This record gives sequence, structure tokens and C-alpha cells, in this order.
Amino acid sequence: MTSAALGKDLIGLEHLTPAQLELILDTAEPFKEVSERPIKKVPALRGKTIVNLFFEPSTRTRISFEFAEKRLSADTVNVSPQGSSVSKGETLVDTARNLEAMRIDMVVIRHGASGAAQFLGSRIRSNVINAGDGKHEHPTQALLDMLTLRDHFGRLAGLKVAICGDILHSRVARSNIWGLLKLGAQVGVCGPATLLPRNIEALGVAVLPRIEDAIQWADALNVLRLQLERMQTGFIPSLREYNRVFGVTSERLARAPKDLLILHPGPMNRGVEIDSDVADGPHSVILPQVTNGVAVRMAVLYLLAGGAPDWAQAAGRGEDH
Amino acid sequence: MSGILIRGGQVIDPSRGGAVADAAANGVADVYLLDGRVEAVGRNLGGASGIAGAMVVDATGQVVCPGLIDVHVHLREPGQEDLETVASGSMAAAAGGFTAVCAMPNTDPVCDNQGVVGFIKAQAQRAGKARVYPIGAISLGQRGQQLAEFGELVGAGAVAVSDDGKPVVSSHLMRTALEYAKTFGIPVADHCEDPTLSAGGVMHEGLVATRLGLKGIPAAAEEIMVARDILLAELTGGHVHLCHMSTRGSVELIRRAKERGIRVTAEATPHHFSLTDLACEGYDTNAKMNPPLREAEDREAIRQALRDGTIDVIATDHAPHHYDAKEREFDDAPNGIIGLETALGLAVTELVESGLLTLPELVKRMSTLPARVFGLPGGTLAPGAPADVTVFDPTAQWTVRPDESFSKSRNTPFAGRELTGRATLTIVRGQVVYQRGD
Ligand SMILES: [Zn+2]
Ligand SMILES: [Zn+2]
Repeated sequence: MTSAALGKDLIGLEHLTPAQLELILDTAEPFKEVSERPIKKVPALRGKTIVNLFFEPSTRTRISFEFAEKRLSADTVNVSPQGSSVSKGETLVDTARNLEAMRIDMVVIRHGASGAAQFLGSRIRSNVINAGDGKHEHPTQALLDMLTLRDHFGRLAGLKVAICGDILHSRVARSNIWGLLKLGAQVGVCGPATLLPRNIEALGVAVLPRIEDAIQWADALNVLRLQLERMQTGFIPSLREYNRVFGVTSERLARAPKDLLILHPGPMNRGVEIDSDVADGPHSVILPQVTNGVAVRMAVLYLLAGGAPDWAQAAGRGEDH
Repeated sequence: MSGILIRGGQVIDPSRGGAVADAAANGVADVYLLDGRVEAVGRNLGGASGIAGAMVVDATGQVVCPGLIDVHVHLREPGQEDLETVASGSMAAAAGGFTAVCAMPNTDPVCDNQGVVGFIKAQAQRAGKARVYPIGAISLGQRGQQLAEFGELVGAGAVAVSDDGKPVVSSHLMRTALEYAKTFGIPVADHCEDPTLSAGGVMHEGLVATRLGLKGIPAAAEEIMVARDILLAELTGGHVHLCHMSTRGSVELIRRAKERGIRVTAEATPHHFSLTDLACEGYDTNAKMNPPLREAEDREAIRQALRDGTIDVIATDHAPHHYDAKEREFDDAPNGIIGLETALGLAVTELVESGLLTLPELVKRMSTLPARVFGLPGGTLAPGAPADVTVFDPTAQWTVRPDESFSKSRNTPFAGRELTGRATLTIVRGQVVYQRGD
């Protein structure tokens, strides 16, 4: 099924229009309220079957999607192919054929290979939502980051957001860059040069070589998790040195010209990319990000399933069951 | 034995008189082939009645040239006959206008001994289509440790050595290969790639890779090895042939090396002069190859290098793979595309129609020089030369349809592409091996 508002799939934010991005964020707003109700359920996706297909483990994202699906009354199945059919040599194309044969309505896919979500979306009729593909995109994570920023600042246009850490291997960074730029924010990237992709400035972002630069420049820092294997593969000398040179610490933040909003997609390496007093401090919105994650995913599921952008109607129907 | 009289074509033979042969041979002329040799080239051979007993081919409006030669193909036999065989590959070659191909040794078993060389030659003989010249391995098993027995390989019919498919990591091994190959007068063909820089990379390192979130292979991974090979060719006086050049930096290194008189030759593929890394958009695995498709400036440098002779020859790097192998995640798909049947059309469309090369210059890059660089028979229509001839229509418009390919594989990024220029008749040893419309 193809939604008039978003198309068939949500693969990334690179190809969405500003209006589509605004629509998702606006649709997420009333869904936040659903999660506050004593009975946290609306019938919007009743009768729909959704498969959460997680080739890579990601408890946070999977649980967030599962909550979103259940609050919309969908029937859900979780599939974690590692150790099962994939290890027996089943390819993504076989998986796609099987899903197609089972007449699934929607598939949420997390996969280690960039392009896997697009591959699946182009080969099955079900709606496909990318829950993170390789080093490519993680659109719902970026959308929840954007919703959190918008909640706090009341706007995205003109906002300066610095994404800090391993930009090279981060799907979160790419989706954030596309989404924020489209809605008029300025984006800076900060990290060791070994972890910044070549030509990144050609995407329209500022390259901030030192964390001190990012702290001086930004209104908000989105601090990315440093993957521990980056050390073994020679991108950085040690985690200790990373914390010393690039860590977001309260001492560094104290020298900022203003209070910075702190985001982190989690899970955190406390004492590596972020210190605990910052993560748990007054300017951290790490927990509101988690809350917004469910609302944003509800909005995406709802819109892709053909839900009317005019949510008020549907929300109203939700109360009479 | 009756001959073949090819009448009224535009005869192009750059082997005689530089890029452009004498006026008679470059005008409309006839070519007469007899007993597997070129018997005569000239106007109105045999007069109005023709030559008694000769099969007459009307080549009006077509180009008649020495048979095209591809110095870099993968035929997959022995070992992966489901992807390609010597027979299917040489049939695809004939259909593409190639009368001869050089087969890379990364088969299973590796072509590092006379047994495999002899087997490939026997399979080619049996198929009776294009000539197939085996290339022997540089190192035993292509393991990069110990030199293969070049003397035995050449004795069995190998025309060059290469570990293509794998880079020669050890500079010492490359040095000894270049030195030892001098004894046999053969080129050492190298796949230039520093594997410590390219490790894990699946496409060109640049903006497109950044957007797609795919790990890139920097241009320097190729250029470092190009520079090394040039230095080693200078050190040894050996002949290094650089395979599938893809970057502007490589072109610049080769240009300077040639100015200094170093024995270096180079090839470029139709995909590298036709496409850029933008072809990887949408994670199209048919655009996944090694070296990867580069940027517009690199493509332009390759085109200019083909124009000015810095790059000597066009070679396809024909690399068949199954549909299933390409129908998967970009990271996991194999490298390579088929190319034998699209090479001539891409060369005419991208290089001749754009005014970069004349048709004689094109024939030079696809026939004359491939023969000369690899020391092969053919590449000329001089009387007495082997009767290997390609006739092609330089204005034929056609659409690439992979399912019509003679290759066993279909992996091409050019499906649906409109091209100009196509072989109509391919003759090997005086025998018609392919005629369009058959
Ligand atoms: Zn190669
Ligand atoms: Zn090759």
C-alpha cells in the first residue's frame, strides 16, 4: 500500500521533502498524548500485521517500534534472523520472498548492510521502514532527535546542532544531517578526522575539528556512541585518549557561551564520549528522546499505513473503544 | 580452400602508417582473405566479376578492420563453468567483434602451470570462435609468495603473466617477476591496489559513498601501486602493463613515466570511461566493480589518456557473475561486470561520437596496440597477416539487452542503454565465427 503522504517506504530522510518531515513531526505530537493515557492504545492499525525484522541486535529500537505498533493495535511478530535461517545461507532476497508470501502489511528492518532496507522495499509490496541500515540511515532516530529539539526550542530553523563522534560509521548522523538541513537548521560535525567521511562538507555541514569548537558554536550537541571496535581497527589510539580529546565533559561545557542541550541516541559509553554528570545533568534530554521515539514511530507507521494527516479525527475515534 | 572477399567497406588499418594508413587502405576498399591469411587489400579486387570461388560479403557503409583484441577477460573455466566457459566467453567475444581475448589466470585451479594453459587452449580450439590466449599467474596459486614457472607457462602458450583478481602485495615479488619476465619477452600485467587501503571498501571513496553509507576505496589505493610498479619497471627494465586504470592520479603517473621512457603500458575499461560512482546510486550491484567507478574528473582523465595515448589500449575486464550473486546487499555482492558485447558500442558512443577519438584511433586502441603490447598475432591487415577481421557498422543504433548476450552471465549496468556502433561480422583464421542476424 502506498501512502499519499509519504510513499510506500521510509528508507531515509535524504529523499523526503521538508513538508513530509514536518508532517511526521506534527503527526507525532498528538501520539505523545496516547502514551500518557491510562489505556495506551488506539485502533489505527487494527488488523495490520507488522514484522520487526532485526538482522542486527538493537533492543532499544526494536522495543520502541514494538510499543509504537502495539499502541496502534497492530499485530506484530519479531524476527531476529541471526542464528536461524540466515546462518543457513538464506539471503535477503529469500527473506523478501517469504515475507511477500506471508502477506505482511509492514516490515521494520534493521540490517548491517547499507541499502538493505531499500533492497527489501524495492522487492516487496509491503511498506518497509528502515530501522537502521549499515552506515547509511536511521530515519526514525533522526526524527525523534528533531522532535526533541523542536519541543525544547520551539523551532528547528536557525538552530545550530553539532553532531559529535564517529560520523563515518554513523547512520544516525547521516539521517540527522538530511533532516535538520531540510528544516532549516545548521549542522556541524565534530570528531577525529579519522572518523569524518571524505567530502562531508559537501553535504552542507560545518566541520568542527575540536570539541571545544563545537561547544562554542552549537545550541545543541548530539553526542554519538563511540563503537569500541573503532579502537581495534585503528581509527583512534584509545578510549582514554578519545575521552580526553573529544569527550563531552562538564568542565568543557562550563566554558560554553550558553547552556547546550545534550542529546545522545544511546546506549551511552559513560566516561568515553560523554561523562555521567553531563548525561544525567539538567540539560540532558536523553530520556525525553526515548519517549519521543515511540511517538515518532507511531506517526511513521500510521502515515505509511495510509492514515490521514489529519490525526485529530483518528485520535478522536481512538477514545470510543 | 575458398576465400572471403569483403567488398566496399571503409578499411581501417592503423598498423600501416601510424594512426591513419595509406590513402587507398583508408578509403573504400576490398579485403580478400585466403587460406587463413590476408591475401590482398585494394580497390575493386577481381574487378566486377569478383574472385572466382570466393564468398562475397558486401560491407558498404561498414568499417572493415583487423580483428579487435581484448587483453583482459575472465572466462571462469576451469572452476566456475556455471558463470562462463571458454566456449561461451569466446562466443560473446565474437559477437562483440573480438577475434582474440587474453584470459586471466584466476581460475580454479589457478592457471599457474602448463596443464591449465593447455586445457584452456584446447577448450578454445574446440569452441572454434575467438582466439583465446591464456595469461599465466605471476605466483603459484596467486598466493603472492613464489614465482610461477614463467618458462613453462610461455612454452605452453601463455602470452603474459598476472595475478589479476589480486594485487601483487610484495614489492619484492613484483620486482623479480618483472626481471624474470624479460627472459621471455612478456609483459607483467598488474592489478594495482594497496589492499591495506582498500580493505572493506566496496565503491569509490567520495561524496556518493558518504551519502550511501558505503565504505570507500580511495584513489590512492590504486595510485600507490601504479607508482610502485613504475619505479620497479624503471629499476628492472621489465615491461609492466597496468590493468584497468581508473583515476586521474594514475594517468598523471603513467604520463610522466612514459615521458621518461619507462616500459609501461596501460589499459582502461569501457565502464571506467563511461560511468562514474553515481552509477552506484540505489545500491545497484551491477555498478560494483574493482577498481570502482570513480568521479567525473577521473572519467575525463581516462578519456583524455585514451586520446593522447597515455593509456594504450581498451580492455573489458569481462567478469561474469550470476544474477543471484549480484541480487543482494551491495557489501556482499561480487565485483565485476560482463563487457565483451558492449565494449565496441560504448567506445564508439562515448569516445568517437563525442569527438575524442577518430575511428582509426579507436581501432588502434582495440586492435593494433593490444596486439603489439602483448606480442600477439593480428592487429593488422598487412598481406600475409592472420585473417582475423572485424566488420562493424559505426552508425548502427541498438539497445543493450542482457538476455540476448552469449555470455552465461547477465551482470551489466548498461541494460537498456542506447548505443551506436556494433559488430556485424567477425572472422577468425579466415572463418566466419559470427554474423549478425544469423
Ligand atoms: Zn583486476
Ligand atoms: Zn580482471
